[in-house]
Amino acid sequence: MDFSIASILTLDGLTNGAIYALLGMGIVLVFTVTRVIFIPQGEFVAYGALTLAIFQTGKVPGTVWLLLILAGVAALMELVTTWRHRGRPAPAVMAALRTFIVPAVICGIAAWAGPRNLPLAVQALLTVCIVTAFGPLVYRVAYQSLAGASSLVLLIVSVGVHFAMTGLGLLFFGAEGFRNPSFWDARFALGPLNLSGQTLIIFGASAALIVLLWLFFERSLYGKALRATAVNRLGARLMGISTQTAGQLTFAMAGLIGALSGLLIGPTTTIFYDSGFLIGLKGFVAGVIAGLSSYPGALIGALAVGVIESFGSFWASAFKEVIVFTIILPVLLWRSLRSGHSDEDH
Amino acid sequence: MKFTKTVLATAFALMAVAAHADITVGVVQPLTGPASGLGIPVKNAIAIWPKSIAGENLKVVVLDDATDPTAGVKATQRLISEDKVDVIVGSTATPVTIPMADITAESGTPQLSTAPAGLPPGKDKWLFRLPQSNAVMAFAMVNHMKKQNVKTVGFLGYTDAYGELWLKDFTAEAAKNGIKVVGTERFARADTSVTAQALKLASASPDAILIVASGSGAGMPQKAIMERGYKGKVYQTHAAATQDLMRTAGKDADGTFVVSGPAVIAEQLPDAHPSKKMAIAFVQNYEKAYGPGSRNQFAGHGSDALTVLEKAVPIALKKAKPGTPEFRAALRDAFETMGRTVLAHGVLDWTPADHWGYTNETGVMLKVVDGKFVVEQ
Repeated sequence: MDFSIASILTLDGLTNGAIYALLGMGIVLVFTVTRVIFIPQGEFVAYGALTLAIFQTGKVPGTVWLLLILAGVAALMELVTTWRHRGRPAPAVMAALRTFIVPAVICGIAAWAGPRNLPLAVQALLTVCIVTAFGPLVYRVAYQSLAGASSLVLLIVSVGVHFAMTGLGLLFFGAEGFRNPSFWDARFALGPLNLSGQTLIIFGASAALIVLLWLFFERSLYGKALRATAVNRLGARLMGISTQTAGQLTFAMAGLIGALSGLLIGPTTTIFYDSGFLIGLKGFVAGVIAGLSSYPGALIGALAVGVIESFGSFWASAFKEVIVFTIILPVLLWRSLRSGHSDEDH
Repeated sequence: MKFTKTVLATAFALMAVAAHADITVGVVQPLTGPASGLGIPVKNAIAIWPKSIAGENLKVVVLDDATDPTAGVKATQRLISEDKVDVIVGSTATPVTIPMADITAESGTPQLSTAPAGLPPGKDKWLFRLPQSNAVMAFAMVNHMKKQNVKTVGFLGYTDAYGELWLKDFTAEAAKNGIKVVGTERFARADTSVTAQALKLASASPDAILIVASGSGAGMPQKAIMERGYKGKVYQTHAAATQDLMRTAGKDADGTFVVSGPAVIAEQLPDAHPSKKMAIAFVQNYEKAYGPGSRNQFAGHGSDALTVLEKAVPIALKKAKPGTPEFRAALRDAFETMGRTVLAHGVLDWTPADHWGYTNETGVMLKVVDGKFVVEQ
C-alpha cells in the first residue's frame, strides 16, 4: 500500500460513496416524513439505469406499462376512497383523473419516443420522469392507507414492495445486466489518479442535488411543509398541511433521487434487475449512521461506507460485504449508549 | 361442490393413468432469481424437445426453483411424490443442485444436473452432470497458458461456489504445469466496483489474470482490469463465453481468452473435433426456434440432456416399465454403462467411478477479436 494505491482506492470509494449518499438522503427523507423505512429505494436505482438501457436498445421499456397499470390502480383507489368520503361521484372522478393524468402523459411520450432513438440526454430525461412518477403511485397504492400504522408494519410493507419491484424488474428487463454509455467520455490524469468524466459527473451531480435539497427544505413552502410534517405529524395537520400530499411529494423525491442515482451509476458498472437492493442497503447503512434523522450525517456516513468498502475489497475482498455491514453494529451501540433509553416509537 | 370434487377426482385419476404410461421428466430450473439467466435457456431448449423418446410418450413437468435451495428441494419433492417422475433435470444453479441431490438419492431418482455440482465421491450415486467439470475446462485453459508462456496467474472470481470450485481445480491443474497463482481476489456479481481488487492484482503484475464470472457479470471485472492499464493476458471461464461479455465490456473485451464448451462455436470448430456434428445440429435447432445468435452454453445442456436420454432410455426400457422404481434404477445403470456419448458440449463417458465424465478433448480456447469469438488453433 503506497500513496498512489491509497488515493485510487479513496477516489473509488468516494465515487460510490457519493451515490450511497444520495440514497441515504432519500431514505432519511422518507423516514422522517412518513416513518417508512424505504427498502425499495435501491430498486429505483435499478429501474432508472435499466429503463435508460432499454431506451438505448430502441425499445419501449416495460416500466412504461407498469407505470400505466400502477397509475390505473392508484386512480381506482382514489376514486373509491373519495366517493366514500364525499358521497358524490363528481369529485371522486376528478380526484382519480388528477392521479392518472400525469403518469399517463409520461407513458404516452415514452411510448412515442421509445423506438425513435432520440439523443441520450432526452432519453435520460424521460427515464427520470418515468421513475419519479413511480414514487407517488407506490405511496398511494402501498402506504397511504396505512399511514397511521406503526413503523414495524410500514417496514413489512416495504419488504413486500421490494420483492414485488425486484420481481417485476426481472419480468421487464430480463436476467442479464446492462451497462449504459458514459455521458462524458473524457479522461484526466491527476498524478496517479485517472479521473473519468463520469466520475466528475457523479461528484458534480451529487453535490448539486444535495444543495438543491437543502434549498428546497430551507427556502420553499413545500420543503418547509415537509419539515413540519417530519417534526410533528399531528401538528402539521392542524396547521392545514396535508400529510397525504406530504407523503406523495416525499416519495416523488425518493423516486427522483433513485432515478438520478441509477443514471449516474449505470455507466460505471453492470446493473442487473436486482442490483439495486445492495446499493440501497448501503445507502440505508449510511442513513442508520445518521440515526435516520440528519442529512449531513447521512452524507458523511455514505462517504465512509464507500471508502471502507473500497479499502475492504483491497485487503480482504472475500469479506467485503461483511466488513461494510458490520460497521453498523458499533454505530448502533454507540448511538444507543449516547442517546440513553427511549420509549418513543422511533 | 360435489360435482367439482368428482370432476377433480376424475381428472387426477386420468392424470395418474397417463403418468404411468409415459416417461415423465421433471425439470427444476432457476427461472427467476440471480441465476435465471442460466435457467431460462435450459428451459427454452427443453421446450423444443420432441414429444416422444424411443416410441414412448414424453411428459415434461417444469418447476421454478427461484435460485433458492429451499424452493429447489420442495420442487424436487413435489416432482417425485406427485408427478412420479422417472428422471430429474436440474438445477443450473449449483447451490440448488447440491441439496436436491439428497432428495433424488433418497428416493432413487436419477438426476441430470445442469450445474457443475461438486459432491463428495459416493454422494453422487444418482447424480450425473451435464456441464463439463471445471477440471476439464481448466485443463484446456492451462494447456493454452503453457503455450503462451504464462508462469504466474492472478485469480479474480465470484465469492460463490462457482468461483470456489474454479479456484480449487485451476490451482491443482496449474500446479501440475508449474504455473503459480500469485493473488486471489473475490467479488460479487452485483458489486458496484471491483477497482480495488483489480488494483491489487495488477500491482502484483502476474503474466495473466483469470476472471471467474458468468454471463453479463463478466463484463465489469474485465473493464476494471483494463482500466488499471493491465498489459498481461486475461482469461475468462466457460460461463462467460456468451455475447454478454462483449455487450457489457465493449472494446475492453478484445484480446481476452475464453475457454468454452464446443456447443456455442459449432460452425467454427475444427473438423477434427468430435462434437462438431452434434454442436451444429443443436445450434440450428435452437436458433430456428429462438432467433439467430440466441445460442448459449446452458441451452446446450438442455439439448444434451435429450441426447443422453435418447441413448439411455432404450437400454432401461428393456429392463422395466416407466413410472416404476425399477425403471429409475435401470435408467441410472444405463447412464453408467452406455459408454462414450458424443454431445454438443463434448464427449461424455460416465462410469460408476466418474459422474463428471467429460474427456479432455472437450474444452476449446477462444479469443475475442473485434467483438467476436474466434477459435484459437
